[in-house]
Amino acid sequence: MFGINYQTRRSFTNKLMVFLCGLAAVIAFIPLMSLLIYVVSQGFQQFRPAFFVNLPEPVGVPGGGMANAILGTLTLMVIASVVGLPVGIFAGVYLAEFGKKSKFAWTVRFVADVLSGVPSIVTGIVAYTVIVKPMGNFSALAGGCALGFMMIPIVTRTTEELVKLIPHSLREASWALGIPEWKTILSIVIRTAKNGILTGVLLSIARVAGETAPLLFTSFNNQFWPRSINEPTASLTVQVYTYAISPFDDWRQQAWTGALVLLLIVLAVNVFAKMFFKTGRGVLR
Amino acid sequence: MNALNEQEVDGGAVKPALPFFLFGKFKEVGFGDKLFRGITGFFAFLILVLALMTFLALWVNSGPCFKAIGWKFLISSEWDPIQQKFGAVPFVYGTLVSSFLALLIATPLGLGISLFLTELAPLNLRTPVAFIVDILAAIPSVVYGLWGMFVLAPIMQAYVDPVMVKVIGGPFFVTTSIGLSFFTAGVILSIMILPTIIVISREVFEAVPNVYRESAKALGATDWETIQLSVLKPSKPGVVGAVMLGLGRALGETMAVTMVIGNMAQVTPNLLAPGHSMASVIANEFTEATGDVYLAALSEIGLLLMVITLVLNIAAHLLVWFTTRNYGRA
Amino acid sequence: MIDELMQKEKAQKVKMETTKPVGESVKLVVPHTEVEMSAVQKVKVKAEGVCAWFGDKQALFDVNMNVNQKEVTAIIGPSGCGKSTLIRCFNRMHETVPTARFAGDIMLEDKSIFDPKLDPVVVRRRIGMVFQKPTPFPTLSIYENVIVGLKLNGVRDKKVLDQAVESSLRKAALWEEVKDSLNKPGAALSGGQQQRLCIARALAVELEVLLMDEPCSALDPISTSKVEELIHELRQNYTIIIVTHNMQQAARVSQKTAFMLNGKLIEYDATEKVFTNPSNKLTEDYITGRFG
Repeated sequence: MFGINYQTRRSFTNKLMVFLCGLAAVIAFIPLMSLLIYVVSQGFQQFRPAFFVNLPEPVGVPGGGMANAILGTLTLMVIASVVGLPVGIFAGVYLAEFGKKSKFAWTVRFVADVLSGVPSIVTGIVAYTVIVKPMGNFSALAGGCALGFMMIPIVTRTTEELVKLIPHSLREASWALGIPEWKTILSIVIRTAKNGILTGVLLSIARVAGETAPLLFTSFNNQFWPRSINEPTASLTVQVYTYAISPFDDWRQQAWTGALVLLLIVLAVNVFAKMFFKTGRGVLR
Repeated sequence: MNALNEQEVDGGAVKPALPFFLFGKFKEVGFGDKLFRGITGFFAFLILVLALMTFLALWVNSGPCFKAIGWKFLISSEWDPIQQKFGAVPFVYGTLVSSFLALLIATPLGLGISLFLTELAPLNLRTPVAFIVDILAAIPSVVYGLWGMFVLAPIMQAYVDPVMVKVIGGPFFVTTSIGLSFFTAGVILSIMILPTIIVISREVFEAVPNVYRESAKALGATDWETIQLSVLKPSKPGVVGAVMLGLGRALGETMAVTMVIGNMAQVTPNLLAPGHSMASVIANEFTEATGDVYLAALSEIGLLLMVITLVLNIAAHLLVWFTTRNYGRA
Repeated sequence: MIDELMQKEKAQKVKMETTKPVGESVKLVVPHTEVEMSAVQKVKVKAEGVCAWFGDKQALFDVNMNVNQKEVTAIIGPSGCGKSTLIRCFNRMHETVPTARFAGDIMLEDKSIFDPKLDPVVVRRRIGMVFQKPTPFPTLSIYENVIVGLKLNGVRDKKVLDQAVESSLRKAALWEEVKDSLNKPGAALSGGQQQRLCIARALAVELEVLLMDEPCSALDPISTSKVEELIHELRQNYTIIIVTHNMQQAARVSQKTAFMLNGKLIEYDATEKVFTNPSNKLTEDYITGRFG
């Protein structure tokens, strides 16, 4: 009834397409491997204690490090968390608990989605305008705020999703005990979703820790130890960028090491967050 | 699972399945409830404030440029800060060209990988491949840029660019460059948006109930025909959404592009020439911008970039909504 | 590979020891059951020492079964007894589960469907399947749903396709209901209509054996009776194997009934005999509702 040639062609097409899909995975693997190999092999050349305890040195002076940048990045993370987490988590809880059908919640959700699509460099301009300009100088505060702004929509949406996953029966059980709704939400719902929310928070921190663009003209850069959050502050990412585009081999070498440290931090937080999520009483997956 | 829970919650949290008088008491009398709702609602409101602030900051900041240059800003391709001549065209062009190139490369690759992950790969291969995708997504942009500058660009210059000139040539691949070009930017962007496309299209594919795959197989469809018939066809809107979100990420990507695109403001069909993008010009020149108009011009490019991503995002939402509605009716 | 062969060999040995009496008993019973059945009934599908595993868990234990041509064979048993697994082995659908393993053999007219040279895709074209939940492809119209199998096989001639749509829909007793709305989406039909559409879709290909995995459990009583009528009709031309948890349904539609428990075939005989005078105590317990 059906031509043999046609069947051969079908089976050939099938094999070809399956092969191509597999090939796509292999192709994606190549740049990743190349990147990891280069970052590790190049980065290891300067990967020694001095790098973690010394300040940057001028070109030609050996022994420079990125200690201030590492500290700066940590400072920025703390500020970003202070700015971003409360808003993100509470807004997420609001959307999940009270925002089923209201227009306000729909708007907030939509705006949060749009905000998470705003390019990070634009967030940098915003932080520059509202903080750097009035204060008159670059500062860790401005950089941290920029990163915090970026965290807000991410944390909001993850929190919302996770709180929504808590089964309704749990709430009913709590109501049945005569516990008011707000206590139910705080003590039952959020506590159950805690691990998931924490994972989302960690992942969002890991994500902004790798950001460079919004810091270029907010926290700027600094060659010395940070003394207050109201002055220009170095960060790993900006330092890597500055060194990478410099014409000096010595600095470029350090850029690779900085990239290695950055990569290790980001991957460690990622892996930790995911492991935590699996072992904890997670609600997802 | 997800949908089920949502339904459960949906039916309940706001208007629980309790008798209405009990429910009313719950809501009206409890001062704690009101307070809690008010506090969390206030934080939700702050998100709207943040959005408004973002827009206003850009708008106000761009003011001097509006005044000095006006609409010409959008159609002029001259960028000469010393002579106070500002035009956004080269940057819009660079952003669009590099992002489009990235989509061209990443869409087939990404869809192929997510099909491989959801439909084809043996079970023991799925976890490692998914892990690779996770790592790709986690690598900071500046690290991509570093690798792009020192590893990818030389490879492009030595091996890929000459081949493209020979094979395609034409106006798009004219002469070999120093490796810093629209093309290199497109390639590195394609790697960076790959995870976005994979993760979202994978979700879409996994949402297709297994019975549809089985019915296609029971009709004697091959693996690929099964995918076409029962997975790809109903997933079209979601796939479009995935690709658009990938595009959104490519448009706003700053560091990696800045480091490999060559940073030269020009409009040329030659993809091997150095160019500039909206994000990269801001990153490069914002701290060095002298004079109100210069700074305002950069802000206006930022505003433009935001408007473009905003339009894209809304269009993505509308398209998905429209096609799914169509599909629901159909 | 060698492992598989050895398993197959072992299974075949077991079969040699066990199938004979089963085959004989079938032959003995056949003349008593229904008038139209004759002792020379041709065997269409033959399961020989079928064992199946999912991961480490064995789901089927040495199932031997002869399915006669142009008969309806029902497989009954409590949930998890392996009846769905068995029916999915008949057109190699079990292979779509990544951890599944299989031993034994299934013959379609004396040719093994597990022939390593044979593509499962070809097997499934001759042995079609209808699932519990109606699954018309949501993006396709009624018309496109029916011819989807033909299209896969490269039939492009509009006339042939039109004809196939009408004849398949007529066979599935759906033509009268949908002939004016062929371009409507398949998902717009009612549940029962959707299920008959799926049957029509299976019939449109060069089908010989139709496997039905609880085809009515998602349908209302009226739709169910329509599908059951349809099964009666289809028996004129097709061999049908139906899995059902509904014993009345098995009694209504089938000529042969197989009772399975814990992955083993407990009893396989003429439907009348199984339901009125089962030879195994377990079957009796199940039929009379003592468990399951």
